[in-house]
Amino acid sequence: MNVVVCVKQIPDPAATPSLDAEHRLDRSGKLILDEADTYGVEVALRLVEASGDGEVSLVSMGDATDVTGIRSALAMGAMRATVVSDPLLKGADALTTAKVLAAVISRDVPDLVLAATESSDGYTGTLPVQLAELLGLPALTFATSVAVESGDVVVHRQTELGYDEVVAALPAVVTVTAGVVEPRYATFKGIMAAKSRTVEVLSVADLGLDASALVPRQEVVSVELAATKNAGEKYVDDGEGAARIVAFLERIKILAGSAS
Amino acid sequence: MSVSNLWVLAEPARGDVTTTSKELISEARRLGATVTAITWGANDDVARVVGSYGASRLWDLGDLGAILPASVVANTVASLLEGETPDAVLIPASNDGRDIAGRLSARLDTPVLTNVTGLRDGATLESEHPIFGGTHTVLARLRDSAPGLFVVRAKSFSATPDGVDVALRESVTPVTSSRTATIRSSHVEERNGPALEDAKVVVSGGRGLGDASSYALVEELARLLDGAPGASRAIVDAGWVPYSHQVGQTGKTVKPDLYVACGISGATQHMVGMKGAANVIAINKDPDAPIFAISDFGVVGDVQRVLPALIELLKARA
Repeated sequence: MNVVVCVKQIPDPAATPSLDAEHRLDRSGKLILDEADTYGVEVALRLVEASGDGEVSLVSMGDATDVTGIRSALAMGAMRATVVSDPLLKGADALTTAKVLAAVISRDVPDLVLAATESSDGYTGTLPVQLAELLGLPALTFATSVAVESGDVVVHRQTELGYDEVVAALPAVVTVTAGVVEPRYATFKGIMAAKSRTVEVLSVADLGLDASALVPRQEVVSVELAATKNAGEKYVDDGEGAARIVAFLERIKILAGSAS
Repeated sequence: MSVSNLWVLAEPARGDVTTTSKELISEARRLGATVTAITWGANDDVARVVGSYGASRLWDLGDLGAILPASVVANTVASLLEGETPDAVLIPASNDGRDIAGRLSARLDTPVLTNVTGLRDGATLESEHPIFGGTHTVLARLRDSAPGLFVVRAKSFSATPDGVDVALRESVTPVTSSRTATIRSSHVEERNGPALEDAKVVVSGGRGLGDASSYALVEELARLLDGAPGASRAIVDAGWVPYSHQVGQTGKTVKPDLYVACGISGATQHMVGMKGAANVIAINKDPDAPIFAISDFGVVGDVQRVLPALIELLKARA
Protein backbone atom coordinates (compact mmCIF):
# COMPACT_ATOMS: atom_id res chain seq x y z
CA MET A 1 0.00 0.00 0.00
CA ASN A 2 1.02 3.59 -0.55
CA VAL A 3 0.90 6.03 2.33
CA VAL A 4 1.40 9.78 2.25
CA VAL A 5 2.42 11.47 5.50
CA CYS A 6 1.90 15.21 6.02
CA VAL A 7 4.95 16.67 7.78
CA LYS A 8 6.03 20.13 8.81
CA GLN A 9 9.27 21.87 9.62
CA ILE A 10 8.83 24.09 12.65
CA PRO A 11 11.01 26.41 14.78
CA ASP A 12 12.82 24.41 17.44
CA PRO A 13 10.32 24.15 20.35
CA ALA A 14 13.27 24.27 22.78
CA ALA A 15 14.06 27.82 21.66
CA THR A 16 12.09 30.82 22.94
CA PRO A 17 9.40 31.60 20.36
CA SER A 18 8.81 35.12 19.09
CA LEU A 19 6.51 36.94 16.70
CA ASP A 20 7.51 38.86 13.59
CA ALA A 21 6.31 42.35 12.66
CA GLU A 22 3.09 40.93 11.25
CA HIS A 23 2.35 39.07 14.49
CA ARG A 24 3.21 35.74 12.92
CA LEU A 25 5.41 33.12 14.52
CA ASP A 26 8.99 34.00 13.60
CA ARG A 27 10.17 31.13 11.39
CA SER A 28 13.43 32.74 10.29
CA GLY A 29 15.63 30.60 12.55
CA LYS A 30 16.58 26.99 12.08
CA LEU A 31 13.64 24.70 11.37
CA ILE A 32 13.39 21.08 12.46
CA LEU A 33 10.94 18.27 11.73
CA ASP A 34 7.96 18.53 14.09
CA GLU A 35 8.47 15.64 16.48
CA ALA A 36 4.70 15.03 16.37
CA ASP A 37 5.12 14.04 12.71
CA THR A 38 7.61 11.27 13.44
CA TYR A 39 4.78 9.12 14.81
CA GLY A 40 2.86 9.32 11.55
CA VAL A 41 5.99 8.43 9.61
CA GLU A 42 6.57 5.42 11.86
CA VAL A 43 2.95 4.22 11.55
CA ALA A 44 3.17 4.62 7.77
CA LEU A 45 6.42 2.65 7.55
CA ARG A 46 4.97 -0.19 9.60
CA LEU A 47 1.78 -0.38 7.51
CA VAL A 48 3.75 -0.42 4.25
CA GLU A 49 6.19 -3.01 5.60
CA ALA A 50 3.29 -5.21 6.73
CA SER A 51 1.57 -4.94 3.36
CA GLY A 52 4.73 -6.03 1.53
CA ASP A 53 4.54 -3.46 -1.24
CA GLY A 54 4.17 0.23 -1.89
CA GLU A 55 6.01 3.10 -0.25
CA VAL A 56 5.81 6.01 2.15
CA SER A 57 6.04 9.51 0.73
CA LEU A 58 5.94 12.90 2.41
CA VAL A 59 4.14 16.14 1.65
CA SER A 60 4.88 19.46 3.25
CA MET A 61 4.36 23.17 2.83
CA GLY A 62 6.84 25.80 3.94
CA ASP A 63 10.18 27.36 3.24
CA ALA A 64 12.35 24.86 1.37
CA THR A 65 15.68 26.69 1.75
CA ASP A 66 16.74 24.09 4.30
CA VAL A 67 15.04 20.71 4.15
CA THR A 68 17.14 18.98 6.81
CA GLY A 69 13.99 18.20 8.78
CA ILE A 70 12.34 16.59 5.76
CA ARG A 71 15.53 14.59 5.14
CA SER A 72 15.36 13.24 8.68
CA ALA A 73 11.95 11.71 7.86
CA LEU A 74 13.39 10.30 4.63
CA ALA A 75 16.20 8.80 6.72
CA MET A 76 13.59 6.91 8.73
CA GLY A 77 12.52 5.21 5.50
CA ALA A 78 10.19 7.45 3.49
CA MET A 79 11.12 7.26 -0.19
CA ARG A 80 10.40 10.76 -1.48
CA ALA A 81 9.06 14.14 -0.47
CA THR A 82 7.19 17.00 -2.06
CA VAL A 83 7.49 20.46 -0.51
CA VAL A 84 5.35 23.36 -1.71
CA SER A 85 7.34 26.51 -1.10
CA ASP A 86 6.14 29.86 -2.32
CA PRO A 87 6.29 33.44 -0.99
CA LEU A 88 2.59 33.64 -1.87
CA LEU A 89 1.92 31.23 0.99
CA LYS A 90 3.42 33.36 3.76
CA GLY A 91 0.86 33.61 6.53
CA ALA A 92 -1.32 30.89 5.01
CA ASP A 93 -4.12 29.70 7.27
CA ALA A 94 -4.92 26.03 7.82
CA LEU A 95 -7.55 25.91 5.05
CA THR A 96 -5.11 27.37 2.54
CA THR A 97 -2.50 24.83 3.62
CA ALA A 98 -5.07 22.07 3.21
CA LYS A 99 -5.86 23.27 -0.32
CA VAL A 100 -2.18 23.21 -1.23
CA LEU A 101 -1.56 19.75 0.24
CA ALA A 102 -4.77 18.45 -1.36
CA ALA A 103 -3.50 19.66 -4.75
CA VAL A 104 -0.29 17.68 -4.25
CA ILE A 105 -1.95 14.53 -2.91
CA SER A 106 -4.71 14.45 -5.53
CA ARG A 107 -2.09 14.07 -8.29
CA ASP A 108 -1.81 10.44 -7.17
CA VAL A 109 -4.23 9.53 -4.39
CA PRO A 110 -2.62 7.01 -2.00
CA ASP A 111 -4.37 4.33 0.05
CA LEU A 112 -3.90 6.30 3.22
CA VAL A 113 -3.01 9.85 4.27
CA LEU A 114 -1.52 10.21 7.74
CA ALA A 115 -0.96 13.36 9.79
CA ALA A 116 -0.39 14.36 13.41
CA THR A 117 -3.51 15.52 15.27
CA GLU A 118 -1.96 18.99 15.31
CA SER A 119 1.37 20.69 14.76
CA SER A 120 3.51 21.61 17.75
CA ASP A 121 3.91 25.25 16.67
CA GLY A 122 0.47 26.43 15.57
CA TYR A 123 -1.84 23.94 17.33
CA THR A 124 -4.69 24.73 14.93
CA GLY A 125 -5.64 21.08 14.63
CA THR A 126 -8.05 21.34 11.72
CA LEU A 127 -5.82 20.76 8.69
CA PRO A 128 -6.15 16.97 8.37
CA VAL A 129 -9.96 17.07 8.38
CA GLN A 130 -10.05 20.02 5.98
CA LEU A 131 -7.76 17.95 3.76
CA ALA A 132 -10.10 14.94 4.04
CA GLU A 133 -13.07 17.09 3.04
CA LEU A 134 -11.24 18.55 0.05
CA LEU A 135 -10.11 15.08 -1.07
CA GLY A 136 -13.57 13.58 -0.44
CA LEU A 137 -12.26 11.03 2.05
CA PRO A 138 -13.33 9.77 5.48
CA ALA A 139 -11.29 11.10 8.41
CA LEU A 140 -10.44 8.98 11.45
CA THR A 141 -8.94 11.32 14.01
CA PHE A 142 -7.08 11.11 17.34
CA ALA A 143 -5.94 7.55 16.62
CA THR A 144 -3.85 5.73 19.20
CA SER A 145 -3.55 2.62 17.05
CA VAL A 146 -3.90 2.08 13.30
CA ALA A 147 -4.38 -1.21 11.45
CA VAL A 148 -5.44 -2.17 7.94
CA GLU A 149 -7.85 -5.08 7.47
CA SER A 150 -8.92 -6.14 3.96
CA GLY A 151 -9.36 -2.71 2.45
CA ASP A 152 -10.50 -1.00 5.64
CA VAL A 153 -8.57 1.07 8.10
CA VAL A 154 -9.34 0.38 11.76
CA VAL A 155 -8.25 2.75 14.52
CA HIS A 156 -8.63 3.24 18.24
CA ARG A 157 -9.84 6.82 18.62
CA GLN A 158 -9.36 8.67 21.91
CA THR A 159 -12.60 9.67 23.60
CA GLU A 160 -13.40 11.50 26.83
CA LEU A 161 -14.09 8.19 28.54
CA GLY A 162 -11.69 5.78 26.87
CA TYR A 163 -11.59 4.91 23.20
CA ASP A 164 -13.79 3.92 20.27
CA GLU A 165 -12.87 1.36 17.66
CA VAL A 166 -13.59 3.12 14.36
CA VAL A 167 -13.50 1.70 10.83
CA ALA A 168 -13.68 3.19 7.33
CA ALA A 169 -12.98 2.04 3.81
CA LEU A 170 -9.67 3.06 2.25
CA PRO A 171 -8.60 5.51 0.99
CA ALA A 172 -8.90 7.60 4.13
CA VAL A 173 -7.20 10.26 6.22
CA VAL A 174 -6.02 9.25 9.71
CA THR A 175 -4.56 11.52 12.39
CA VAL A 176 -2.37 9.94 15.01
CA THR A 177 -1.55 11.11 18.53
CA ALA A 178 2.04 11.28 19.69
CA GLY A 179 3.06 8.11 21.45
CA VAL A 180 0.97 5.84 19.21
CA VAL A 181 4.22 4.04 18.35
CA GLU A 182 7.89 4.50 19.15
CA PRO A 183 9.45 6.26 16.14
CA ARG A 184 12.56 4.49 14.89
CA TYR A 185 15.94 6.18 14.90
CA ALA A 186 17.45 6.74 11.50
CA THR A 187 20.33 4.36 10.87
CA PHE A 188 23.59 5.45 9.25
CA LYS A 189 22.46 3.57 6.15
CA GLY A 190 19.13 5.39 6.24
CA ILE A 191 20.80 8.78 6.57
CA MET A 192 23.06 8.03 3.61
CA ALA A 193 20.13 6.74 1.52
CA ALA A 194 18.09 9.86 2.35
CA LYS A 195 20.71 12.10 0.77
CA SER A 196 19.92 10.68 -2.67
CA ARG A 197 16.13 10.62 -2.33
CA THR A 198 14.14 13.20 -4.24
CA VAL A 199 12.78 16.26 -2.50
CA GLU A 200 10.54 17.83 -5.13
CA VAL A 201 10.00 21.55 -4.54
CA LEU A 202 6.88 23.06 -6.13
CA SER A 203 5.42 26.54 -6.38
CA VAL A 204 1.74 27.48 -6.31
CA ALA A 205 1.88 27.94 -10.09
CA ASP A 206 3.39 24.46 -10.55
CA LEU A 207 0.27 23.04 -8.91
CA GLY A 208 -2.03 25.11 -11.11
CA LEU A 209 -3.60 26.74 -8.06
CA ASP A 210 -5.25 30.12 -8.35
CA ALA A 211 -3.16 32.47 -6.19
CA SER A 212 -6.16 34.70 -5.46
CA ALA A 213 -7.88 31.80 -3.68
CA LEU A 214 -4.94 31.49 -1.28
CA VAL A 215 -4.97 34.97 0.25
CA PRO A 216 -5.06 34.75 4.08
CA ARG A 217 -8.51 35.63 5.36
CA GLN A 218 -7.74 35.69 9.04
CA GLU A 219 -5.80 38.51 10.57
CA VAL A 220 -4.27 39.36 13.89
CA VAL A 221 -5.73 42.55 15.32
CA SER A 222 -3.26 42.81 18.20
CA VAL A 223 -1.08 40.84 20.58
CA GLU A 224 -1.47 41.66 24.24
CA LEU A 225 0.36 40.60 27.35
CA ALA A 226 -2.01 38.27 29.16
CA ALA A 227 -2.95 39.07 32.71
CA THR A 228 -0.91 36.41 34.43
CA LYS A 229 -0.12 36.36 38.08
CA ASN A 230 3.45 36.79 39.20
CA ALA A 231 5.39 33.80 40.37
CA GLY A 232 4.80 33.20 44.05
CA GLU A 233 7.08 31.82 46.72
CA LYS A 234 9.67 29.24 45.77
CA TYR A 235 11.77 27.11 48.11
CA VAL A 236 14.56 24.72 47.43
CA ASP A 237 13.64 21.50 49.21
CA ASP A 238 15.78 21.18 52.30
CA GLY A 239 13.74 18.34 53.73
CA GLU A 240 11.02 20.77 54.80
CA GLY A 241 9.35 21.05 51.39
CA ALA A 242 6.41 18.84 52.34
CA ALA A 243 5.79 20.72 55.59
CA ARG A 244 5.91 24.04 53.75
CA ILE A 245 3.31 22.76 51.29
CA VAL A 246 1.05 21.72 54.17
CA ALA A 247 1.39 25.22 55.64
CA PHE A 248 0.49 26.72 52.26
CA LEU A 249 -2.54 24.41 51.98
CA GLU A 250 -3.69 25.71 55.36
CA ARG A 251 -3.18 29.29 54.27
CA ILE A 252 -5.39 28.84 51.19
CA LYS A 253 -7.91 26.89 53.29
CA ILE A 254 -7.65 23.65 51.37
CA LEU A 255 -6.67 22.16 54.73
CA ALA A 256 -8.12 23.29 58.04
CA GLY A 257 -5.52 25.07 60.16
CA SER A 258 -3.64 22.83 62.57
CA ALA A 259 -4.56 23.06 66.25
CA SER A 260 -1.06 23.80 67.46
CA MET B 1 -22.96 45.82 18.74
CA SER B 2 -22.37 43.88 15.57
CA VAL B 3 -23.57 40.45 16.53
CA SER B 4 -27.25 39.65 16.20
CA ASN B 5 -27.51 36.01 15.19
CA LEU B 6 -25.24 33.25 16.49
CA TRP B 7 -25.38 29.49 16.02
CA VAL B 8 -23.89 27.15 18.58
CA LEU B 9 -23.14 23.49 18.08
CA ALA B 10 -24.57 21.74 21.13
CA GLU B 11 -22.61 18.52 21.35
CA PRO B 12 -24.56 15.65 22.90
CA ALA B 13 -23.19 13.89 25.98
CA ARG B 14 -25.05 10.98 27.53
CA GLY B 15 -28.55 12.40 27.26
CA ASP B 16 -27.42 15.98 27.91
CA VAL B 17 -25.21 18.40 26.00
CA THR B 18 -21.59 19.02 27.00
CA THR B 19 -20.76 21.71 29.54
CA THR B 20 -18.73 23.56 26.90
CA SER B 21 -21.83 23.71 24.69
CA LYS B 22 -23.76 25.31 27.56
CA GLU B 23 -20.94 27.80 28.10
CA LEU B 24 -21.07 28.80 24.43
CA ILE B 25 -24.85 29.22 24.41
CA SER B 26 -24.60 31.40 27.55
CA GLU B 27 -21.87 33.55 26.02
CA ALA B 28 -23.73 33.92 22.71
CA ARG B 29 -26.72 35.15 24.68
CA ARG B 30 -24.53 37.54 26.70
CA LEU B 31 -23.21 38.97 23.43
CA GLY B 32 -26.80 39.98 22.77
CA ALA B 33 -27.50 37.61 19.95
CA THR B 34 -30.46 35.47 19.06
CA VAL B 35 -29.08 31.99 19.65
CA THR B 36 -29.77 28.87 17.64
CA ALA B 37 -28.46 25.56 19.00
CA ILE B 38 -27.78 22.64 16.68
CA THR B 39 -27.65 19.14 18.11
CA TRP B 40 -27.76 15.48 17.17
CA GLY B 41 -28.11 12.18 18.97
CA ALA B 42 -29.65 13.95 21.95
CA ASN B 43 -32.70 13.14 24.03
CA ASP B 44 -36.07 14.87 24.17
CA ASP B 45 -35.06 17.07 27.08
CA VAL B 46 -32.44 19.01 25.13
CA ALA B 47 -34.80 21.75 23.93
CA ARG B 48 -35.46 22.63 27.57
CA VAL B 49 -31.76 22.43 28.49
CA VAL B 50 -30.46 24.64 25.65
CA GLY B 51 -33.42 26.99 26.19
CA SER B 52 -32.51 27.43 29.83
CA TYR B 53 -29.04 28.65 28.82
CA GLY B 54 -30.42 31.09 26.28
CA ALA B 55 -31.06 29.37 22.94
CA SER B 56 -34.40 30.33 21.40
CA ARG B 57 -34.30 27.73 18.65
CA LEU B 58 -33.00 24.16 18.47
CA TRP B 59 -32.28 22.34 15.27
CA ASP B 60 -32.20 18.64 16.02
CA LEU B 61 -30.64 16.24 13.54
CA GLY B 62 -31.80 13.25 15.57
CA ASP B 63 -29.94 9.99 15.96
CA LEU B 64 -27.08 9.65 13.45
CA GLY B 65 -26.29 6.04 14.35
CA ALA B 66 -22.87 4.67 15.24
CA ILE B 67 -20.72 6.94 13.09
CA LEU B 68 -18.24 9.72 13.64
CA PRO B 69 -20.66 12.64 13.32
CA ALA B 70 -18.40 15.26 11.69
CA SER B 71 -19.16 14.62 8.05
CA VAL B 72 -22.96 14.45 8.39
CA VAL B 73 -23.18 17.34 10.86
CA ALA B 74 -20.99 19.55 8.65
CA ASN B 75 -23.03 18.67 5.55
CA THR B 76 -26.26 19.48 7.35
CA VAL B 77 -25.03 22.74 8.86
CA ALA B 78 -23.71 23.77 5.43
CA SER B 79 -27.15 23.15 3.96
CA LEU B 80 -28.85 25.11 6.77
CA LEU B 81 -26.47 27.98 6.04
CA GLU B 82 -27.91 28.23 2.54
CA GLY B 83 -31.10 29.59 4.07
CA GLU B 84 -29.70 31.91 6.70
CA THR B 85 -26.39 33.62 7.47
CA PRO B 86 -25.59 33.99 11.17
CA ASP B 87 -22.66 36.16 12.27
CA ALA B 88 -20.80 33.14 13.50
CA VAL B 89 -20.99 29.46 14.32
CA LEU B 90 -19.49 28.67 17.73
CA ILE B 91 -18.13 25.15 18.09
CA PRO B 92 -16.91 23.42 21.29
CA ALA B 93 -13.23 22.41 21.19
CA SER B 94 -13.71 18.66 21.53
CA ASN B 95 -12.51 15.88 19.25
CA ASP B 96 -15.80 15.84 17.35
CA GLY B 97 -16.08 19.64 17.49
CA ARG B 98 -12.69 20.06 15.87
CA ASP B 99 -13.57 17.54 13.18
CA ILE B 100 -16.88 19.26 12.42
CA ALA B 101 -15.15 22.65 12.25
CA GLY B 102 -12.57 21.31 9.79
CA ARG B 103 -15.20 19.75 7.53
CA LEU B 104 -17.42 22.82 7.67
CA SER B 105 -14.52 25.15 6.94
CA ALA B 106 -13.61 23.24 3.79
CA ARG B 107 -17.25 22.89 2.73
CA LEU B 108 -17.91 26.62 3.08
CA ASP B 109 -14.45 27.67 1.89
CA THR B 110 -14.09 29.83 4.98
CA PRO B 111 -11.20 29.75 7.47
CA VAL B 112 -11.73 28.65 11.05
CA LEU B 113 -10.24 30.15 14.20
CA THR B 114 -9.40 27.52 16.82
CA ASN B 115 -8.23 27.55 20.45
CA VAL B 116 -10.48 30.52 21.16
CA THR B 117 -10.65 31.48 24.86
CA GLY B 118 -12.56 34.74 24.58
CA LEU B 119 -14.83 36.66 22.20
CA ARG B 120 -15.14 40.41 21.77
CA ASP B 121 -17.86 42.13 19.88
CA GLY B 122 -16.29 45.00 17.96
CA ALA B 123 -16.83 46.10 14.39
CA THR B 124 -16.80 42.39 13.79
CA LEU B 125 -16.54 39.43 16.15
CA GLU B 126 -12.97 39.12 17.41
CA SER B 127 -11.48 36.13 19.20
CA GLU B 128 -8.82 35.74 21.86
CA HIS B 129 -6.17 33.03 21.58
CA PRO B 130 -3.53 32.27 24.22
CA ILE B 131 0.02 31.80 22.90
CA PHE B 132 3.43 31.10 24.40
CA GLY B 133 2.03 29.20 27.36
CA GLY B 134 -0.64 31.80 27.98
CA THR B 135 1.74 34.71 28.58
CA HIS B 136 0.32 36.56 25.57
CA THR B 137 -3.11 36.81 24.00
CA VAL B 138 -3.60 37.13 20.27
CA LEU B 139 -6.71 38.99 19.19
CA ALA B 140 -7.80 37.74 15.76
CA ARG B 141 -10.63 38.19 13.31
CA LEU B 142 -11.78 36.81 10.01
CA ARG B 143 -11.87 38.97 6.91
CA ASP B 144 -14.84 38.80 4.55
CA SER B 145 -16.05 35.56 6.07
CA ALA B 146 -19.63 35.12 7.10
CA PRO B 147 -20.35 33.19 9.08
CA GLY B 148 -17.17 33.18 11.14
CA LEU B 149 -16.22 29.76 12.44
CA PHE B 150 -14.82 29.72 15.98
CA VAL B 151 -13.71 26.65 17.92
CA VAL B 152 -13.83 27.60 21.59
CA ARG B 153 -12.00 25.92 24.46
CA ALA B 154 -13.80 24.55 27.52
CA LYS B 155 -14.21 26.85 30.54
CA SER B 156 -13.63 30.01 28.51
CA PHE B 157 -17.04 31.25 29.66
CA SER B 158 -19.39 30.48 32.50
CA ALA B 159 -22.55 28.51 31.82
CA THR B 160 -25.46 30.40 33.35
CA PRO B 161 -28.99 29.05 33.11
CA ASP B 162 -30.74 32.44 33.05
CA GLY B 163 -33.31 31.77 30.38
CA VAL B 164 -36.40 29.88 31.43
CA ASP B 165 -37.90 29.17 28.04
CA VAL B 166 -37.86 25.97 26.11
CA ALA B 167 -36.11 26.42 22.77
CA LEU B 168 -38.37 25.99 19.76
CA ARG B 169 -37.40 22.61 18.45
CA GLU B 170 -37.30 21.84 14.76
CA SER B 171 -36.32 18.46 13.37
CA VAL B 172 -33.79 18.63 10.58
CA THR B 173 -33.19 15.79 8.17
CA PRO B 174 -29.46 15.01 8.23
CA VAL B 175 -27.62 15.37 4.93
CA THR B 176 -25.87 12.04 4.52
CA SER B 177 -22.26 11.59 3.55
CA SER B 178 -20.30 8.94 1.72
CA ARG B 179 -17.24 9.88 3.78
CA THR B 180 -18.31 8.42 7.08
CA ALA B 181 -16.36 6.30 9.52
CA THR B 182 -18.26 3.75 11.58
CA ILE B 183 -17.90 3.23 15.33
CA ARG B 184 -17.62 -0.52 15.88
CA SER B 185 -17.39 -0.45 19.64
CA SER B 186 -16.82 1.93 22.55
CA HIS B 187 -14.52 1.22 25.47
CA VAL B 188 -14.83 2.99 28.80
CA GLU B 189 -11.86 3.19 31.13
CA GLU B 190 -12.66 2.91 34.83
CA ARG B 191 -12.00 5.84 37.10
CA ASN B 192 -12.94 6.67 40.68
CA GLY B 193 -13.31 9.93 42.60
CA PRO B 194 -14.47 13.30 41.28
CA ALA B 195 -14.38 13.97 37.53
CA LEU B 196 -11.20 15.77 36.49
CA GLU B 197 -13.00 18.72 34.91
CA ASP B 198 -15.20 19.31 37.98
CA ALA B 199 -12.76 18.56 40.81
CA LYS B 200 -11.92 21.34 43.30
CA VAL B 201 -8.41 19.93 43.60
CA VAL B 202 -6.37 18.43 40.76
CA VAL B 203 -3.04 16.71 41.33
CA SER B 204 -1.15 16.06 38.10
CA GLY B 205 2.00 14.16 37.30
CA GLY B 206 4.55 14.51 34.51
CA ARG B 207 7.80 13.07 33.26
CA GLY B 208 9.59 14.18 36.42
CA LEU B 209 7.92 11.31 38.26
CA GLY B 210 10.56 9.13 36.66
CA ASP B 211 8.50 6.04 35.97
CA ALA B 212 4.91 4.87 35.55
CA SER B 213 4.68 3.23 38.97
CA SER B 214 5.35 6.58 40.69
CA TYR B 215 2.02 7.84 39.37
CA ALA B 216 0.53 6.03 42.38
CA LEU B 217 1.93 8.90 44.51
CA VAL B 218 -0.10 11.38 42.44
CA GLU B 219 -3.25 9.28 42.86
CA GLU B 220 -2.66 8.96 46.58
CA LEU B 221 -2.17 12.71 47.06
CA ALA B 222 -5.28 13.41 44.97
CA ARG B 223 -7.29 11.01 47.12
CA LEU B 224 -6.08 12.62 50.35
CA LEU B 225 -7.09 16.07 49.08
CA ASP B 226 -10.47 14.84 47.73
CA GLY B 227 -9.19 15.68 44.28
CA ALA B 228 -8.77 14.08 40.89
CA PRO B 229 -5.49 12.86 39.41
CA GLY B 230 -4.38 14.42 36.12
CA ALA B 231 -1.42 14.10 33.81
CA SER B 232 0.75 15.92 31.29
CA ARG B 233 0.62 14.82 27.68
CA ALA B 234 4.14 13.43 27.97
CA ILE B 235 3.14 10.63 30.33
CA VAL B 236 -0.12 9.93 28.51
CA ASP B 237 1.86 9.56 25.29
CA ALA B 238 4.31 7.34 27.15
CA GLY B 239 1.41 5.07 28.07
CA TRP B 240 1.70 5.57 31.86
CA VAL B 241 -1.91 6.74 32.25
CA PRO B 242 -4.99 6.85 30.00
CA TYR B 243 -5.82 9.86 27.86
CA SER B 244 -8.85 10.61 30.03
CA HIS B 245 -6.34 11.95 32.63
CA GLN B 246 -4.69 14.41 30.26
CA VAL B 247 -4.75 18.11 31.12
CA GLY B 248 -3.78 20.58 28.42
CA GLN B 249 -4.31 21.79 24.91
CA THR B 250 -5.31 18.38 23.59
CA GLY B 251 -6.70 17.17 26.88
CA LYS B 252 -9.03 18.61 29.48
CA THR B 253 -9.17 22.20 30.67
CA VAL B 254 -9.42 22.47 34.43
CA LYS B 255 -10.07 25.44 36.73
CA PRO B 256 -9.81 23.99 40.24
CA ASP B 257 -9.24 25.85 43.50
CA LEU B 258 -5.91 24.08 43.72
CA TYR B 259 -3.67 22.52 41.07
CA VAL B 260 -0.63 20.56 42.18
CA ALA B 261 1.90 19.98 39.36
CA CYS B 262 4.27 17.15 40.24
CA GLY B 263 7.28 16.75 37.98
CA ILE B 264 5.67 18.84 35.24
CA SER B 265 7.97 21.35 33.53
CA GLY B 266 5.13 23.44 32.10
CA ALA B 267 5.06 23.12 28.33
CA THR B 268 2.63 25.46 26.54
CA GLN B 269 0.54 22.41 25.73
CA HIS B 270 0.01 21.79 29.45
CA MET B 271 -0.22 25.36 30.78
CA VAL B 272 -3.20 26.37 28.64
CA GLY B 273 -5.18 23.57 30.25
CA MET B 274 -4.59 24.58 33.86
CA LYS B 275 -3.52 28.21 34.13
CA GLY B 276 -7.02 29.19 35.27
CA ALA B 277 -6.51 27.38 38.57
CA ALA B 278 -6.97 29.67 41.60
CA ASN B 279 -3.84 28.30 43.29
CA VAL B 280 -0.94 26.39 41.77
CA ILE B 281 1.67 24.39 43.66
CA ALA B 282 4.61 23.10 41.64
CA ILE B 283 7.18 20.52 42.65
CA ASN B 284 10.03 20.17 40.17
CA LYS B 285 13.74 19.44 40.25
CA ASP B 286 14.56 22.12 37.68
CA PRO B 287 14.53 25.58 39.31
CA ASP B 288 14.09 27.14 35.86
CA ALA B 289 11.04 25.05 34.87
CA PRO B 290 8.41 27.35 33.27
CA ILE B 291 5.74 26.00 35.63
CA PHE B 292 7.29 28.01 38.50
CA ALA B 293 6.50 31.25 36.65
CA ILE B 294 2.77 30.67 37.17
CA SER B 295 2.97 28.93 40.55
CA ASP B 296 1.83 30.48 43.81
CA PHE B 297 4.00 28.06 45.72
CA GLY B 298 6.99 26.22 44.33
CA VAL B 299 9.24 23.57 45.77
CA VAL B 300 12.45 22.91 43.89
CA GLY B 301 13.02 19.30 44.69
CA ASP B 302 12.58 15.66 43.74
CA VAL B 303 8.94 14.59 43.60
CA GLN B 304 10.10 11.13 44.67
CA ARG B 305 11.10 12.64 48.03
CA VAL B 306 8.59 15.46 48.47
CA LEU B 307 5.43 13.51 47.58
CA PRO B 308 5.93 10.58 50.02
CA ALA B 309 6.71 13.08 52.80
CA LEU B 310 3.65 15.14 51.96
CA ILE B 311 1.45 12.05 51.85
CA GLU B 312 2.73 10.99 55.29
CA LEU B 313 1.99 14.43 56.76
CA LEU B 314 -1.54 14.43 55.35
CA LYS B 315 -2.21 10.89 56.59
CA ALA B 316 -1.02 11.89 60.06
CA ARG B 317 -3.63 14.67 60.09
CA ALA B 318 -6.49 12.47 58.95
